[in-house]
Amino acid sequence: MDYSQFLNMAPELSLLAVILILFVADLFMCTDRKSGRGILNTPLPVILLTVHTLLCVAPLIANCQYSVVNGEAFGGMYVSSAMALVVKAVLNVGTIIVFLTAHEWLKQPEMANKQGEYYILTLFTLLGMYFMISAGHFLMFFIGLELASVPMTALIAYSKRSQESAEAAAKYILTALFSSGLMLYGISLIYGTTGTLYFDKVAPMLADGSMVTLAALVLFIGGIGFKISLVPFHLWTADAYQGAPTAVTSYLSVISKGAAAFVLFVVLTKVFAPVIEQANVLFFWIIVFSITLANIFAVRQNNLKRFMAFSAISQAGYLVLGVMGATPQGLTAIVYYLLVYMAANLGVFLIISITEQRSGKILISDYDGYYRTNPKLAFLMTLCLFSLAGIPPFAGFFSKFFMFMAAFKAGFVVLVLIALVNTVISLYYYLLIVKAMYIKPNDNPIAPFKSDGYTRTGLALCIAGVVLIGIISWFYAYIDQFAFGL
Amino acid sequence: MTYTLFIILLPLISFLVLGIAGKWFSHKTAGWIGTLALAGVTALSYYAAYEYFFVIGRGADGAFAPLEVMNFCWLPFFDQGLHFDMGIMLDPISVMMLIVISTVSFMVHIYSFGYMKGEKGFQRYFAFLSLFTMSMLGLVVATNIFQMYLFWELVGVSSYLLIGFYYTSPAAIAASKKAFIVTRFADLFFLIGILIYGFYTGSFAFVFDTPEHIANYAQAGFILPLALTLMFIGGAGKSAMFPLHIWLPDAMEGPTPVSALIHAATMVVAGVFQVARLFPLWVTYAQDWMPIIVWVGVFTAFYAAAVACAQTDIKRVLAFSTISQIAFMMVALGVCTEMQTGHEHVGSVGYMASMFHLFTHAMFKACLFLGAGCIIHAVHSNEMNAMGGLRKYMPLTHITFLISCLAISGIPFFSGFSSKDEIITACMAYSPAVGYIMTGIAAMTAFYMFRLYYGIFWGTENKELHAAHHPHETKVMTWPLIILSLITVGVGIYTTLAGFGMFEGYSFGSFISADGQDYRIHFDTSVALTSTIVAIVAIGVATWIFKGERQPIADKLYATFPRLHRWAHKRFYMDEVWQFVTHRIIFACVSKPIAWFDRHVVDGFFNFLAWGTHATSNGIKTLQSGRVQQYALVYLIGTIVLILMLLIF
Repeated sequence: MDYSQFLNMAPELSLLAVILILFVADLFMCTDRKSGRGILNTPLPVILLTVHTLLCVAPLIANCQYSVVNGEAFGGMYVSSAMALVVKAVLNVGTIIVFLTAHEWLKQPEMANKQGEYYILTLFTLLGMYFMISAGHFLMFFIGLELASVPMTALIAYSKRSQESAEAAAKYILTALFSSGLMLYGISLIYGTTGTLYFDKVAPMLADGSMVTLAALVLFIGGIGFKISLVPFHLWTADAYQGAPTAVTSYLSVISKGAAAFVLFVVLTKVFAPVIEQANVLFFWIIVFSITLANIFAVRQNNLKRFMAFSAISQAGYLVLGVMGATPQGLTAIVYYLLVYMAANLGVFLIISITEQRSGKILISDYDGYYRTNPKLAFLMTLCLFSLAGIPPFAGFFSKFFMFMAAFKAGFVVLVLIALVNTVISLYYYLLIVKAMYIKPNDNPIAPFKSDGYTRTGLALCIAGVVLIGIISWFYAYIDQFAFGL
Repeated sequence: MTYTLFIILLPLISFLVLGIAGKWFSHKTAGWIGTLALAGVTALSYYAAYEYFFVIGRGADGAFAPLEVMNFCWLPFFDQGLHFDMGIMLDPISVMMLIVISTVSFMVHIYSFGYMKGEKGFQRYFAFLSLFTMSMLGLVVATNIFQMYLFWELVGVSSYLLIGFYYTSPAAIAASKKAFIVTRFADLFFLIGILIYGFYTGSFAFVFDTPEHIANYAQAGFILPLALTLMFIGGAGKSAMFPLHIWLPDAMEGPTPVSALIHAATMVVAGVFQVARLFPLWVTYAQDWMPIIVWVGVFTAFYAAAVACAQTDIKRVLAFSTISQIAFMMVALGVCTEMQTGHEHVGSVGYMASMFHLFTHAMFKACLFLGAGCIIHAVHSNEMNAMGGLRKYMPLTHITFLISCLAISGIPFFSGFSSKDEIITACMAYSPAVGYIMTGIAAMTAFYMFRLYYGIFWGTENKELHAAHHPHETKVMTWPLIILSLITVGVGIYTTLAGFGMFEGYSFGSFISADGQDYRIHFDTSVALTSTIVAIVAIGVATWIFKGERQPIADKLYATFPRLHRWAHKRFYMDEVWQFVTHRIIFACVSKPIAWFDRHVVDGFFNFLAWGTHATSNGIKTLQSGRVQQYALVYLIGTIVLILMLLIF
């Protein structure tokens, strides 16, 4: 066996190293129970993950020949590409911000003795996503998917004594099992018709477009759709988002979604290329329903986390727009959208989280008059919401613009029109929060508070992203150069 | 020369610092931050000019080549190869503009220490000044028409912010809105022009001579002149050409240093700069359309000069004189019919003359405005009848003001003479009629400027007011005046001597000429003589009428032509005409129906959307029941429905 092929999966190995270091650190480095401070919460994980991210992107920066990072291991089970590296790096940055969000929550006395587990579980799900992203074989993909799902359940149930948290975890794991079952069924159908599970070998044999192939396609999309929370596989989302601890919700809403969307694109272009016409029909309806239904539900919500859940479903619909037509521009648009969405969404969650920690309030109506007491946070929140709604000059406008452009070029004019109308609705409900914060009077607004350094750092990163990623075209151009290589 | 990037970055940083953290700084610190940034910009600009003209120097063909210091693709589009770039391009005119902008802006910064002392919002003022300077510098170094447009709009915004600086005064607010709306309206044509241009030629870049471009231009046919003319409308708006000039006199509501910087020396010449920038296109492809520029310019010059003769607010007089002088520059560009320079090619003088006048005008007009600021500061009024006899109280202001008046009137040995003389030469070469008209307008210029000068420093002294205010000068405010008038005199003496052939040396045309070749200015003696005599006569008439303690002749003239005087004083009712056109015609006949449509149909649609969303939302809320078994059921049914859909499809 040629051991040098392990070098192709350097990101996975380095992430595993991070996990092991944290594991050992968790054993030996005690956290002060009372204050909840310690090296484990949060400097060590953030530093390790930052170093790991830099190692990840090092080959992209060091080599002008991007083909260097393309390679495979284990006979094609694992495939690495430059774009996959970019996506992994994006997910890393997101995870770092999530860790910054989690700091205050983990400082609480009842959490102090299980801080290490939080980080390790989160990173294990991240590892699972890495494998999903780089899979070249359905089994590898499935293992990655499960590795990303199972620890996630533990994370959702992290506040052990909270009934809501437990209920959310139960709903999540049951739906996850159900979707895994159906997906396995789809994969078995593929194996039955083609006799292989390698992505590149399956494709030529699916050309007949038979009923079995189509069933496999739908079942597969169902499994992934569960992860991205697309209609009609989305019902768990609102309950899980609401019940999970806020730091976990923020992770759930961006990171796992991003990985899945990327994989969806890869598998559709590599495996289901022969039936891409039918897949487009499917996605047309899935996207229309995801965006529209989620918007319709979002309008009525009062719990901010639940509200963000529906916003996330709707955003997922936009994210999947890039899949339509399976063009390189679509891929660029997906990764770019992911990056931008991450900055804005994590920014909102940072503010929700710190507000919840300081005041215990989570309803939109609680935010009435927020501007009077916490003007800076209210302003930053507004920026993030504007970006989510796609108002120029914030990054969200550009990401939507490129997304629509890609779908438009691929010929889906009607879909773009429907998405545009929905943007207006989404603007309405995002502005509801802005209205609550700035305009609505409230005798008893959330008391002024000071946020901690970690939250501030995270917010600084997010706001920088929201403001700069769009205006500085380098980001888009940089991602774009990898899209053709896939 | 990547350091030129800092020419734009420094004021940007200063704007951000002052804009975000300004309120924590003392007035002094804030002023120093802005001024130091500008000092840096000025030093860098001068150094860049030195390096561009003397170190890099001429290319093999004897011309200064445009130098693209940096250029990156800011926003690419997928097909057509169109892209929006951002970058820095140095060529003779942009380097000259760098010098003009940084010099005047630096002077204005220093001056503002005195003028704005103790004003509320001192930090905000300096932040806006930095913003303006940044935008203006970005405009002139733009590598393509789109970048120019972006900064063009930024300049408009900063002008709006600065005119409305005294936001508690209704007049200032109205003036800022007027300036913004009028220029924005003109910019709409600019934008349309840019889009047409980009669509038909496939490029926004200021490179006109690649084979590919030439092929595209040839293909575009009459579209190209059309696009250029639309862009010219935008330029006419910014440069206050008739009939879009109405915003500029009102813009005088802003602080006076702002008027000096924005509404005299830099922003208002952006239109001239734009035409000059696109000049190779005009001359090669739109020669037939250039009379538009000429006649708009000629009429504006005349109209503004006529109005200036009857104004009593000193800043308004200067404003109309600015409009008139900018029109001179426009005319000079319009009468330029070829690119090749050299003594047998008289047709190309206009380009150089226009830029030359831009340069000299910026210096003496800034000096005039800053002087006017000193006066207003001293007597607390803009009206001439509050002044009179001020030469005793403000000697330095008096001298510098006089120098600038002589310069603008076109007296030899002052800078305005050399540049205006070249303009008239160019006009004469184009058509004697235009030449004589412009000479006449130059005479009017001399007349109204000296009417202003005598009205302020001589004439009837308003003793009561002077006793109350004790007019005096402030040191920090007189220094910029001295420097600017020294430039005016220095440039004037040098160019006059060189122009009459007293010695051979660099002249303005050595650096800036239509095709970048070394062009040595030599005055046409007959033109020089005529215009000098005409100017002196005009000054003599002004002296005769306005110098004395009493002005019987002026009063008699007013009495003889009351209607003419009233019309000129009311600016020939141009504002009222606009008012009528906008309110009675556009608002009533076009906007009202559209507003109705908007309120009932468009809003109705969105209200329906909102109502529909809410209704549906309530209708389907049972879908999200919270029961996990139902979730699984929906999941399963969804999957089956999707499979069935594919099969049926």
